[in-house]
Amino acid sequence: MTKGPQSSKSVLRSGVIERTLADIDHALEQSLFAEQIARGPGWLQSLDPRLKIISVLMLLISVSLSHSLAIIVLVYFLTLGLAAVSHVPMGFFVKRVWLFIPFFTAVIALPALFTTPGPVGLHLPFGLVTTTTGAMTALFLLLRVGTSVSLTVLLILTTPWNSMLKALGVLRLPGVIILILGMTYRYIHLLLNLTNDMLLSRKSRVLRPMTGAEGRNLVAATSGALLSKSLQVSSEVYLAMQSRGFRDYPRTIDTLEFQDWVWAVILLILVALLIWLGR
Amino acid sequence: MSVVPREPVEADRTNLQSPVKRRTAAITSRISTALRPRRRLLLYYGLLAVWLGTTAMHIPDGYLSPATCIVMFLIVLPFWVTGARRLRQRMSAKNVPLISLLAAFSFVIMMFNVPIPGGTTAHAVGGALAAIIIGPEIACMAVSIALVIQAFFFGDGGILALGANCFNMAVVLPYVSFAVYQAFSRNQPITSRRRVVGAALGGWTGLTVAAFFAGFEFGIQPMLFHAADGTPLYAPYPLSVSLPAMVLAHALVASVVEGLITALVVAYLQRANQSALQFSVDSRAQAPAGGFMNWRFFWIALAMMVVLVPLGLLAPGTAWGEWSSRQLAQRGLASLPKGMAQLSGLWSAPLPGYNLPAARNADMGYILSALVGTIIIGILAWLLTMLVTLHKTGST
Repeated sequence: MTKGPQSSKSVLRSGVIERTLADIDHALEQSLFAEQIARGPGWLQSLDPRLKIISVLMLLISVSLSHSLAIIVLVYFLTLGLAAVSHVPMGFFVKRVWLFIPFFTAVIALPALFTTPGPVGLHLPFGLVTTTTGAMTALFLLLRVGTSVSLTVLLILTTPWNSMLKALGVLRLPGVIILILGMTYRYIHLLLNLTNDMLLSRKSRVLRPMTGAEGRNLVAATSGALLSKSLQVSSEVYLAMQSRGFRDYPRTIDTLEFQDWVWAVILLILVALLIWLGR
Repeated sequence: MSVVPREPVEADRTNLQSPVKRRTAAITSRISTALRPRRRLLLYYGLLAVWLGTTAMHIPDGYLSPATCIVMFLIVLPFWVTGARRLRQRMSAKNVPLISLLAAFSFVIMMFNVPIPGGTTAHAVGGALAAIIIGPEIACMAVSIALVIQAFFFGDGGILALGANCFNMAVVLPYVSFAVYQAFSRNQPITSRRRVVGAALGGWTGLTVAAFFAGFEFGIQPMLFHAADGTPLYAPYPLSVSLPAMVLAHALVASVVEGLITALVVAYLQRANQSALQFSVDSRAQAPAGGFMNWRFFWIALAMMVVLVPLGLLAPGTAWGEWSSRQLAQRGLASLPKGMAQLSGLWSAPLPGYNLPAARNADMGYILSALVGTIIIGILAWLLTMLVTLHKTGST
């Protein structure tokens, strides 16, 4: 695998090529790392993928419906527990969840502390006054987003991508959509590698930092070339599929085992309880 | 919680303490005047705008209520059906790899860092470009697939919020961009400069309108979904904050990037690969001009309005100017004009006050009567069309 720039500090100060390379690297790295955890031992890994998708969906819905902070916190601790029994590295899991989306959510939610009308909570310097209603609102948003992201990340980290595809069939997606999703996932990696090559070859010929206009032209040319390549590859892939006698997508799925049934029953009771308590 | 009045205490302190402290107190008070409510509002518009303008529009789970998510899925559904139908019509089995590659392309293009003035970078969504190359219906499918992969494999954008994200980025963006682009470049040669301008305006308008809808989705949350004591449970800002923040942020930053990149890529393709631009022109010319398909936008708009009917339940009171005689009296009208009083009892509607007598729940009755009304009007329109067509065929 080609290496991008090493430290994030240098990335921040560097140009458009380096940043895009770093982003591509990050995406590839993330999907490889997820795949590694997903193929390792662990409790969630051993669960039937269809059941896992349904579980995550139901838990997401119960978090989304909840009018009580306690219930949301409870589900968050449940995700921590599940991560522990599935051998997901705890530090990585917490960092992956909270570092990005909930962090920005906190930035967004911050002004709500002061602007939501309600009983006065805390007096801060500069005449700023928080309200308890504002604090509750911000907490609701933050915890709901954090818990939802945790659930999704847990699903991603413990499910190899081909089982995830099979399992998406449970959402009543037609076979052809599953096929398209699978091909897209593969070709994302191909296109990411192509882009990586294009940008690296350009980087090796660049002597001074690029100006903004040059950078934008580079992005446009790379996107245009990538688009032309995608159209070309798609017709080649079609011919290749035809020459191999492509008709439809045969799908097989494993049967549910005893452990799956036990979890299904527990889940049903749990979600019903969560929704009822969080009314 | 606060018992002690703040002002006198602070004044005492400034009198008693050292000049340095007095100085800091002066600065503090200057900052707090700068942070008066209206200015504070401006400040957080700015804060929101900066954040929203430089990130993509992927709404995570937790910002929207489950009810909003369901409604957004329902709104997107007809567009997916239209896209699937167009795929089948145009390209048969060839569509599977084509749409996969285009979806992968949409995914990758969202990762490109575009330099913007000020030394920072922003991301383009790429929905406008996809629409210009392959038409909005298929672009909708490709961007939707890319969004599904982002949600399920990379954790970017919520799973429950997928309907809303698809509506903003895979429906509004491609359709609006394409309409603007078409308006500028219909019947123009492939190398025309108007195509580049059209692409720029299309990308800008498309993403700005998409941001408007996202702002609308955020803004209705505190109005519709709050706890008993008024605490907003999801996105906390009302329409008056979320709409300007989203629209301004995008109009000034993200939409400019989208328009610019779309235009630059179109210009690049004019130089390097004209057949890619020809692609959409050719395939649109091939598409059969069916009566139903020409009315597609009309039917979709109608379906959307029907889906949005429950919004009417939120408005308090009666529609302005549609008061009954009793409500007129309540509003302070001393006496009802004689003619009005006579005529008001003349016709008693089969569904009085948009309520079905049989429906126990008032809201359910409202929705049911809306459905009944739509069906009756549909049948009437159909009969009328039949009559006109019969007349026409009879006369020729």
